[in-house]
Amino acid sequence: MKQSVRPISIAVAALGGQGGGVLAQWIVDMAESNGYRAQYTSVPGVAQRTGATIYFVELFPESAITESGRTPILALMPAPGDVDIVVAAELMEAGRAITRGIVSPDLTTLIASDHRVYAISEKEIMGDGRADDDRVREAAKTAAKRLVLFDMDAAAEATGSVISSILFGALAGSEALPFPRSAYEDVIKHTGKAVATNLAGFARGYDGAQASLPAKPVTVSAQPTVTDARIAALPQPVQAIASEGVKRLVDYQDRAYADLYLDRVESVVAAAGSRDDSHRLSVEAARYLALWMGFEDVIRVADLKTRPDRMDRIRQEVRAKSDQIFYVVEFFHPRFEEFCDTLPAPLGRAVLKSKFWRKVTAPLFAEGRNIQTAKLSGFVPLFFLARLRFMRRWSLRFHHENAMIEAWLDRLITTAQTDYDVAAELAELPRLIKGYGDTHERGIARYNQIVALLPLSAGDVRNLREAALKDEEGQAFAAALQALPQVVLPPPAAPTTTAATAKVA
Amino acid sequence: MAERSFKEEVKKLQLGDGAEFRGEGILAVTKALLQSGVAYVGGYQGAPISHLMDVLADAEPILLDLGVHFEASASEAAAGAMLAASVNYPLRGAVTWKSTVGTNVASDALANVASGGVLGGALIIIGEDYGEGSSIMQERSHAFAMKSQIWLLDPRPELESIVRSVEMGFQLSEASNTPVMLELRIRACHLYGRFQAKDNRRPDYTLKQAMENPTRDVSRIVLPPYNYLHEKEKLENRWPAAIKFLKDNKINEFLGGTTGDVGIIVQGGIYNTLIRALELQGLANSFGETDIPIYVMNCTYPLVPDEVTAFCVDKKSVLIVEEGQPDFIEQAINTILRKADIQTKVIGKDVLPMIGEYTSEVIRKGVKSFLESHAPSTIAAATPIMHSPADAGNLLQALPPRGPGFCTGCPERPVFTAIKLVERELGQHHVSCDIGCHLFSINAPFNIGNTTMGYGLGWAGAAAFNVKADKKAIAIMGDGGFWHNGLTSGVGNAVFNKNDNVLVIVDNNYSAATGGQDILSSRANNENRSTKHPIVEAVKGVGVKWVKSVKTYDLKRMKSTLMDALTSTDSGPKVIIAQSECMLNRQRREKPLTAAAIKKGERVVRERFFVDSDTCTGDHACIRLSGCPSLTIKDNPNPLKRDPVAYVDNSCVGCGHCGEVAHAAVLCPSFSRVEVVFNPTTGDRIANKIRRGVIGFLQKFTSKTAAA
Repeated sequence: MKQSVRPISIAVAALGGQGGGVLAQWIVDMAESNGYRAQYTSVPGVAQRTGATIYFVELFPESAITESGRTPILALMPAPGDVDIVVAAELMEAGRAITRGIVSPDLTTLIASDHRVYAISEKEIMGDGRADDDRVREAAKTAAKRLVLFDMDAAAEATGSVISSILFGALAGSEALPFPRSAYEDVIKHTGKAVATNLAGFARGYDGAQASLPAKPVTVSAQPTVTDARIAALPQPVQAIASEGVKRLVDYQDRAYADLYLDRVESVVAAAGSRDDSHRLSVEAARYLALWMGFEDVIRVADLKTRPDRMDRIRQEVRAKSDQIFYVVEFFHPRFEEFCDTLPAPLGRAVLKSKFWRKVTAPLFAEGRNIQTAKLSGFVPLFFLARLRFMRRWSLRFHHENAMIEAWLDRLITTAQTDYDVAAELAELPRLIKGYGDTHERGIARYNQIVALLPLSAGDVRNLREAALKDEEGQAFAAALQALPQVVLPPPAAPTTTAATAKVA
Repeated sequence: MAERSFKEEVKKLQLGDGAEFRGEGILAVTKALLQSGVAYVGGYQGAPISHLMDVLADAEPILLDLGVHFEASASEAAAGAMLAASVNYPLRGAVTWKSTVGTNVASDALANVASGGVLGGALIIIGEDYGEGSSIMQERSHAFAMKSQIWLLDPRPELESIVRSVEMGFQLSEASNTPVMLELRIRACHLYGRFQAKDNRRPDYTLKQAMENPTRDVSRIVLPPYNYLHEKEKLENRWPAAIKFLKDNKINEFLGGTTGDVGIIVQGGIYNTLIRALELQGLANSFGETDIPIYVMNCTYPLVPDEVTAFCVDKKSVLIVEEGQPDFIEQAINTILRKADIQTKVIGKDVLPMIGEYTSEVIRKGVKSFLESHAPSTIAAATPIMHSPADAGNLLQALPPRGPGFCTGCPERPVFTAIKLVERELGQHHVSCDIGCHLFSINAPFNIGNTTMGYGLGWAGAAAFNVKADKKAIAIMGDGGFWHNGLTSGVGNAVFNKNDNVLVIVDNNYSAATGGQDILSSRANNENRSTKHPIVEAVKGVGVKWVKSVKTYDLKRMKSTLMDALTSTDSGPKVIIAQSECMLNRQRREKPLTAAAIKKGERVVRERFFVDSDTCTGDHACIRLSGCPSLTIKDNPNPLKRDPVAYVDNSCVGCGHCGEVAHAAVLCPSFSRVEVVFNPTTGDRIANKIRRGVIGFLQKFTSKTAAA
């Protein structure tokens, strides 16, 4: 057996619909018109429907075939320790390639897009279920012989092309294959499809690889310059949150409301006292207080929907041209409860209780409404609804929320004096209260359930809070409630090993 | 219209003698069929042979030209039964399907055709869906070959070898009067490669000739006494004839070295993987040259005892590389050697895993372990050339699993949103699922479904729950499954047995999961098929009284119809036909039209959804009720908030489900539909100017008062 030329192995890891097949076909076409024999295969099947899948290409020089008079036996799947180039169209898929063993530190060029397409398991979580991207970035740094990692999704967006052309460009730019840049470009030109945008994408990808652009820069949020003397007097770690809170609450209501916020923050800081050297309690309290005080009522929603800058944001996000006309249809489903919430508290309470009013107004709230905020019929009513801000402090909703906020603050302040850790956990408890309608009610119910169980240990509060955010149906939360040590059980007796030992003996 | 068009590629089917063919495995198979003078082809789609059906459909003009009839069969059973044409007439025929599931469905017909035997060559091309990327139970088609005495070819995964197997398969079938299976693994079906083409051949004998000159041989019919005769024929005539043919034509290959104490016996289909494994271990080169003798079984059933004994007799031990379980080949080789009193040790599943796909890494480890015990000097002399893979540590735990799911804008999603919403009011129900895209409901975020019993068997899978109870059972079935057999096994069965339960038929105009092939109820014009036969008529035709058709995207109606069906006190089956065109196919159809209309200057409104990150509170209830890939998450722009906000990315096709969900579930006021106008009319422009003027005035007015 003689040693022979080895094939070049290329694995393309992508999600169904990302164009991994197109990229593989481009590679095949390029290789075949440049003196190489190509073999290509994939396992699309059901994975084609958004799942993770691998396309596999092997290239073998025609010259070696002519010379030996034999045809090479090419593989149909990437083998660990034998893949020259791995192309990953998404960050986690690069990670998956590493775990499959097909990235070797002394062999493989890893070309990966530093962007995320979140899996359903990450998206459906009620809090933040996103996987830790940095672990994959860290692993990629040492896993490959050469790493090309930059956000190719953004590059595709910027050039109006698709990620496969960026990846193809990055492959060219990595110079991992023995073909000149023009060979790649010829393939794109020959397809005759979207040539201009694909070439623009290709060029961006090529430059990205040539520059070996660093992975996503770590964003360091600039410390705001604090001009407000009251904020400046707060402990330094609280300042950023507090100034953001003040800014948002002025925007939400008025300066007086923001001042009330600062009063409350100061009282928590004072209560936390010297035990708060990590400032965890005051930072989290300042965060959730600002969010809670800026609760999303009907007035707020109407306000946000009629802001002048909103249309610009939409224009940008939907990629409409600067002069292009577009309409926005809002999906609202106001309920009787929200209507009562907006009324002055005594009136709201009375109407809420009244069966008559509920019945009379029922047709108004039975259906969801589609409101055209770019047309006057929709914009004008919302605009005037937003102007009701001046009477927010008298609304039923405000009374409810304010009472709960005060109860929470009181509890924080008293608990801070006896058990700092519990208070710090309680400071984050309002994270449970979010959303609208049923979602909001469910959050409040779980919040109240935890509060009713106090006193609890800091660990218990944290476990319950995290469990409450796990699933909508409340299975994790129910399990966490079950697991609470109602009665401290005696430690279980040590297992009797005598029988086993006897047998062995 | 299928998901992938092969209109361009099928031109390669006309290549003549000596030309080089380059293309995918399934295209090569089609070419090989035409080179073999096939008279008829049929089959049922399903990965990995969906594309073979698509190629055949797209090649229909070429097939017609050659006098070849192509049938898009109603099911694998229908395709299998088609081979009956080769029983009495010297007609070559080929059928294809996904295996083992399709072979399960076809086995009635296959057993019959195998019993009576064939006169013309009968070839069954099976796409073996085993290992990575598979969507079915992990079984072997090998067992079907054994039980019915059908020969099983398993060619080396390169186009030359596959094409030769097709041609030899027909000859083998005719020489032994037995149908022949040609097994192609998933990667081989999608393999791009090349081979030397030959001229296409018109069938020697045509279907027309057969129909006009019918012949009959009662001894070919499976009825006593001939069924007994068939068993005798199989063993005494057909089997020996097959063995002789295999030997004479050298179907199996003796490759690699010729001397040594050890050898390897491998299924043809995994030969390339074995060579790569040997290469990495330093025991072969890229041309497959190796000192180790290798017996490649391009036919894995029946075995050729003489070849096996000849290969083993001078060896101390052999390694059997046989994927899947049970280890039929290993057992058979042991029997052959034992009977011949040959003492060669047979090693197989002791060093290779009993289950799972044989990847190059799996085989490399197995071969290494085998050689270490049985040829230590060979392994010691070899220098492995593989590099060490990066240490992934526990990175795997950090990676979210990414299984298949509903596509962006999929019209099936609202069906399951509706079920989820109904269950909030009526409690959880038993849900019997079927095969098709709709089976993705079993995963997050819907988590709906208890069992799936096979294609079209969604309702039959709930048949036992036909007793009085406070809740009804729900069954799901796709239009593909419905026409495959669900009309009888599900709907007819429920009518006859006076079932009160609920069936939801997902009618999306195509056999969507297999690649968007047309079916009876497709709404598109198809010049070669008769379409537009509504499911509702069929359902009523077998006697269902309670039938309602609903557009799936109308979530409110979808929900209320489900509520009606589940709470109805009427007796008899309730059938809901949930209709909306498969979005993947719709986009493929409409996108070019829309682009052309915009180019032509016509007024076009393009819709997509948008989530206001200001009002989104990051609870993700919308995602749990929709699951659309385009509805995703991003960093919260509010620095105070930790949880990511929902976000609609640019893949959104504006199906409208998000808005319906926001309404039906009373979710939140964050969803908007944005309607972007292309080529606005003068009316548009004037209205827009007025609107923007008034809105701008009001906004300016407030910002002034706020500043003051």
